[in-house]
Amino acid sequence: MSEPVLEIRDLRKSFGALKATDGVSLELRPGQIHALIGPNGAGKSTLIHQIAGSLKADSGSIRFLGEDISGLDMAARARLGLARSFQISSLAQEFSALRNVMLAVQARQGSSFRFFRQVTSDRDLTEPAMAMLERVDLAARAHVPAAELSHGERRQLEIAIALALSPKAFLFDEPMAGMGPEGSKRLTTLLDGLRHEAPMLLVEHDMDAVFALADRISVLVYGRIIATGTVDEIRSDPDVRRAYLGEAA
Amino acid sequence: MSRETTVNLLLALLLLGAPLVAAGMGEPFYVTLATRVVVLALAAVGLNLALGSGGLLSFGHAAFFGLGGYVAGILATHAFNGEPLFAGIPATTSMPLIWIAAVAVAGLIALPIGAISLRTSGVYFIMITLAFAQMIYYFAISWPAYGGEDGLSMSVRNAFPGVNTAKPLPYFLICYAALMAALLLFRVVEGSRFGSALQAARQNGIRLAAVGIAPFNIRLVAFAASAMITGFAGALYADLNRFVGPSMLSWHMSGELIVLIILGGKGRLFGPVAGAMIFVFFEYVLGGITERWQFFLGLILLGIVLFARGGLLGLLSGKPRHV
Repeated sequence: MSEPVLEIRDLRKSFGALKATDGVSLELRPGQIHALIGPNGAGKSTLIHQIAGSLKADSGSIRFLGEDISGLDMAARARLGLARSFQISSLAQEFSALRNVMLAVQARQGSSFRFFRQVTSDRDLTEPAMAMLERVDLAARAHVPAAELSHGERRQLEIAIALALSPKAFLFDEPMAGMGPEGSKRLTTLLDGLRHEAPMLLVEHDMDAVFALADRISVLVYGRIIATGTVDEIRSDPDVRRAYLGEAA
Repeated sequence: MSRETTVNLLLALLLLGAPLVAAGMGEPFYVTLATRVVVLALAAVGLNLALGSGGLLSFGHAAFFGLGGYVAGILATHAFNGEPLFAGIPATTSMPLIWIAAVAVAGLIALPIGAISLRTSGVYFIMITLAFAQMIYYFAISWPAYGGEDGLSMSVRNAFPGVNTAKPLPYFLICYAALMAALLLFRVVEGSRFGSALQAARQNGIRLAAVGIAPFNIRLVAFAASAMITGFAGALYADLNRFVGPSMLSWHMSGELIVLIILGGKGRLFGPVAGAMIFVFFEYVLGGITERWQFFLGLILLGIVLFARGGLLGLLSGKPRHV
């Protein structure tokens, strides 16, 4: 089996007495979509924050492409190739959709300390950015400020920004949250195609999407992973059924 | 041409035309008044880079304004007395050299101030920039070699090759050219990759970090560049008044620069220009009627903050759009 792209060992994070992450170990391998599911408050977002670098873990290690990234800040981790989306869309609100993506293209291309060439006429930025918007079906809305996009369009824009980074791994925190059934279906097809570009750690509540997409699933409850396995293994695991899937499964 | 561009052009022409007419009518006082508008606008263009584009509410930009002024004053004093500056370095009365020195000093001091202040945000950033500026202010007051509380008078205006700077109109034109150059630079930088990153840092620093650009580095460079422009304006201001004193460094000055930007329109290219025009106009017209002109200026500021967030330029040219 190939080396894991992302390898988390015994990660711990407490907020006071609350153990939000309680000894989590996790591996993300090339070509995989690894879904992270669990009830509300299980610590899924907290885990994503620690991997992306917006929260510091109390202990444990996070290795990415064989390198320990625990000491790096969010920007440095992103430069290494970790692309994240946010549970609640986080965009440059005044910028158009296109300029939001252009920012990612500019970051990927290297230095932002260029002071003269105008970005709006810079085809090295606009063309790749437009191509990403086309991939998420947002090209028609390229020049609309992010603040004026619909909720679903903002979710699509988050994905386009992540794509523009040409990352080595995706961290998606509930990309389908708040999207209608039609939008979820389209996004599922899009994410399905991404596994060949980079593996994906996917936090998602939409079980149809999770079962359709995931190669592996880990179930997080009260900060601990209670089960990891293939879709079928998870579906039939009695602990998981009790803790999470309940009567719905 | 967008409406804002038209308004900007009209403001630029008005600011150039009025002193030309005044000079033609033999009214040098109004030329000097216009020069005051231009220099204050230039100082505020500097602050606008940090405050408008970067969202960094520096309440300490008087430090850089005053430092630029003191560089001009100190160099001129040494040159006038025929003393070397220190370690045998000769002083100078050449404006271009003084400007380079003023810009360099402002930038060099801004880097450590920014590096410390930018670790905070919000109210703490405002307070820490204020604290640094006040430290420099009290330092200037307690340093008798350069006038202390009384400040430094310069007996003649510094020299610019081929121009008689002692006359109001040529000096106005020098300052006007400097302002236009700074505005051009501001416009270009704002549209560049750096400018995009800076504006994104204001709108959403987390988003910027998530694509791999560290907001701190972007903000620090912007803060230093902003201080350099304001420092340049300080050098021009000292030569305009042929005087530099601690008042240039005081927090009133920092506040005035912020007021100029709010009056004119925060983050707008010509916001500082419109703001300085309104400010000096009221200072002169209302100041001629009542000593309490700042009370009325306060009312106007209140009206703008409540009803016209975009300042004068927002009223004249509508919402800005980033496409």
